[in-house]
Amino acid sequence: MTDSLILQYSFLAPIMIVLGGAVIGVLVEAFVAAKRRATIQLLIALFTIFVSFISLLRIRNLTSAKAAFNSVMIDGPAIFMQGTILLIAFFAVMIIGDVDHFTAQASAVPGSEEEKSAVQTGRQQTEVFPLTLFAVAGMMLFPAASDLITLFVALEVLSLPLYLMAGLSRRRRLFSQEAALKYFLLGAYSSAFFLFGAAFLYGFSYSVTLAGIHAAVIGGTANNVFLLIGLLFVSIGLLFKVGAVPFHAWTPDVYQGAPTPITGFMAAATKVAAFGALLRIFYVTFGDAVWNWRPILTVIAILTMLVGSIVAITQRDIKRMLAYSSIAHAGFLLTGVIALNRAGLAATLYYLLAYGFITIGAFGVITLVRDSSGEITDLNRWAGLGRRSPKIAALFSFFLLAFAGIPLTSGFIGKFAIFTAAYESGNIGVVVVGVLSSAIAAFFYIRVIVMMYFAEDNKDSLTVVIPSPLTSIAIWVSGAVTLVLGVYPTPVLNFINTLAIFIR
Amino acid sequence: MKYLTSLMLLPLLGAILISTLPKNKSNYAKWVALLTSIVVALLGLLIALRFEIDRPGFQFVENYSWIPSFGINYSLGIDGIALVLILMSVILVPIVIVAGWHESEGGRWGSKSFYVLILILETMMIGVFAATDVFLFYVFFEAMLIPVYFLIGGYGVGERAAAAVKFLLYSLFGGLLMLAAIIGIYVISGNQGGHTFDIEKLSQLTIDSTTQNFLFLGFFIAFAIKAPLWPLHTWLPDAAKSATPGTSVLLLGVLDKVGTFGMIRYCIKLFPESSKTFTPVIIALALISILYGAFLAIGQKDIKGLIAFTSISHFGFITMGIFAMTTQGHSGATLYMVNHGFSTAALFLVAGWISARRGSSTIADFGGLQRVTPVLAWTFFIAGLSSLALPGLSSFVSEFLVLVGTYTRYPVAAVIGTLGIVLAALYILIPVQKALHGPITPGNENLPDITRRERIAIAPVIAVIIFLGFYPKPLLDVINPASIATLTAAGFSDPVPAAGGK
Repeated sequence: MTDSLILQYSFLAPIMIVLGGAVIGVLVEAFVAAKRRATIQLLIALFTIFVSFISLLRIRNLTSAKAAFNSVMIDGPAIFMQGTILLIAFFAVMIIGDVDHFTAQASAVPGSEEEKSAVQTGRQQTEVFPLTLFAVAGMMLFPAASDLITLFVALEVLSLPLYLMAGLSRRRRLFSQEAALKYFLLGAYSSAFFLFGAAFLYGFSYSVTLAGIHAAVIGGTANNVFLLIGLLFVSIGLLFKVGAVPFHAWTPDVYQGAPTPITGFMAAATKVAAFGALLRIFYVTFGDAVWNWRPILTVIAILTMLVGSIVAITQRDIKRMLAYSSIAHAGFLLTGVIALNRAGLAATLYYLLAYGFITIGAFGVITLVRDSSGEITDLNRWAGLGRRSPKIAALFSFFLLAFAGIPLTSGFIGKFAIFTAAYESGNIGVVVVGVLSSAIAAFFYIRVIVMMYFAEDNKDSLTVVIPSPLTSIAIWVSGAVTLVLGVYPTPVLNFINTLAIFIR
Repeated sequence: MKYLTSLMLLPLLGAILISTLPKNKSNYAKWVALLTSIVVALLGLLIALRFEIDRPGFQFVENYSWIPSFGINYSLGIDGIALVLILMSVILVPIVIVAGWHESEGGRWGSKSFYVLILILETMMIGVFAATDVFLFYVFFEAMLIPVYFLIGGYGVGERAAAAVKFLLYSLFGGLLMLAAIIGIYVISGNQGGHTFDIEKLSQLTIDSTTQNFLFLGFFIAFAIKAPLWPLHTWLPDAAKSATPGTSVLLLGVLDKVGTFGMIRYCIKLFPESSKTFTPVIIALALISILYGAFLAIGQKDIKGLIAFTSISHFGFITMGIFAMTTQGHSGATLYMVNHGFSTAALFLVAGWISARRGSSTIADFGGLQRVTPVLAWTFFIAGLSSLALPGLSSFVSEFLVLVGTYTRYPVAAVIGTLGIVLAALYILIPVQKALHGPITPGNENLPDITRRERIAIAPVIAVIIFLGFYPKPLLDVINPASIATLTAAGFSDPVPAAGGK
């Protein structure tokens, strides 16, 4: 064991580079003139993510590597999820970097003189860039963590910046701050649940490492009640992050209140990180106690799919609707966790990549639809978008069809893969519910398309701003990835198949 | 030469070409679309000529690995049934384009998008009939809905958006049920010697009867929505009333055939035992469709609604022919699919022209057209006669074959089905007598008769209807071996006729 008691900097490099970039970003806040900060921060963030991705590519062929005194496991799934998070973050930062999304001064009371003067000086909270990088580092650590303490640290590192960022909206600031507070409070509860569960698991196994807990599960001599309680509460902490029913109540409010680029980033990247951790815990640690958790997780998956897709129908706000849709997708992803086979792992990884890009693209488009008072998220006012800006509307429709899982989009291949894995593992009931909820979900995605193309034009001053080059690149690349992953997913699937084994 | 892939690529290239046309040149869009579709039709005819009737199995086979980790292949191939349906599709597309030369102008968007959608649809229509990989079939089956959705919602009339959504949701629901069944059979194939989507390999699996029944239903419900069978038909009349005539032709003439084609290719081929189990129910539903569609057609005030309900009746005949599980039934049903495509095309196109002239699609408004616009009225009459299966016109042969094929196994059903023919006479002749031959409705006095463009469009359709009415042999020669092969593989044999056999 002594040989692994070293940090293994090369394996940790991707995470540490991102953390380093974040620290530099903080220094820039302190020493660079306010006017130039936005550009410099943007470049630093993009460059950091790029370098981190390169260093990740260098270790992509590792089959097994423990690092940081066994508390981090850089195996195939971890590398893939870190890569996915970095890619998503890269394009999310491009959208975040577009002007006008963030408040001039977060500390100023909304509506006050102080706020007005801050707006007039053209300031902007550029701290959002280092915050994003911190969150990214936490997200990268989350699916790689191999003991409960690291897992908890990663959970907090990724969550705290997100709580802050959710409250930074430039417009409707009270709404945004309320969302941030709600997210923070509920998030804090869920962290507490997680810790509570971790303590019980320690009581069960006298170990905080996933491998140690797994050994106790196989051993079968330890106290099963502790295992059940620990399992339950740790799961609650994680299921909260992915927005599974009944721990989903924060999702619509936070998605709606947060600045749209942050919502996109959060929706896409947090899901990858949280499902990464969820997969590792259930596959690695509790895989041999499957009869203890599969029934309850099955019920949660079914509820999540149904509630997400049914409640989404009643939504009149596009961001709230996508929030419920993300809940439904969390349910689809949970079927991959339930499958508990290699196909399930591979399918979930693929789905996360596909879903991440669709989400970034969709929220990127939402940032573009505005009137003089800011973004328009009321669905009724999207009427006639198809006529005013056919290209943007077509792209958004494509993302919606991908969410709905229509063939020739990445969403379809993902859905097919994940349902196949679940069917193969014998959970046919979940597949049937999944298929039915996809049919329900199709209804509200299509309703948006109807709104954009077929509803009578209203005379509101709805405009689509000409996207800045950065946002343009982000949304069109997301569209292209969605198409390519839908038409020719073979290279990515083959790559995933070589990676999709968890190492204990 | 990769015939089938070329056949699919050509319309797609045409669509790309049209979408790159500059704005001020968008007049060329319809010409590009027309030329493309004519080239496609010619290539389709070439394929038909090179098709070897006596060779069993799929021809023009192409096979490439597509997504190997799921055992998915891009594999194409056609048998006689697929060939005639592809042929019908590629012939109908240029006709639809010529017939609806100005159709794209009443839309929400320009004519460019209209023709791009039509050509993309053509690619997918060919693909759905040519695919021999179940996954590939499903991709076309679902993706096809999107262009149709925009064609109805964007260029239709009346409650077009609602009709488009209804159509899409119905179809998606069916499609997703089918997806679950496809996943099911795929997983079973994985347990029996390797994951595959190859239709031939899948048809050799042994599946226990309960599972087979569920999987069969997954496929069948999807197809019964597509080729609307009572009680899953309610989307069709709405869609047909709202769509442009050209779109309706493609929708009822080609797309809905995917349903009946799927019943032969997938339901019976993959799940022969379940097909047998469910036959009584399906025959009953088919009979209800025949009579229900016919009765409602009689009561229709709207000409497009009338044609939609007659189609429901016709699809009942086709489904009955398929599930009679006799070679005459199958051949008749396949021929019926082709004939119904052309006779519906004729009805819809002429009805569309008349409605456009009159500015209304209510039958009562067409009074006296026989005198004002004799050629149009006669064309409608011939199309109507074909639809009611008058001997000498194409539908007669197929309807006769279906009834004979059904009688040898289910005499009662065949007898009841015959009532459908009587009702057909009513629903066609009553409107013709009351409206076309009736007194001239005020406002109809100066309606112009058929134009040259319209003549060019309708002439080939009428020619095909009459030709196939007198000489269906070329088609039947192609269809028969495929029908026999399907039934033999599924383990059905024709019952020996009871009378005269002694």
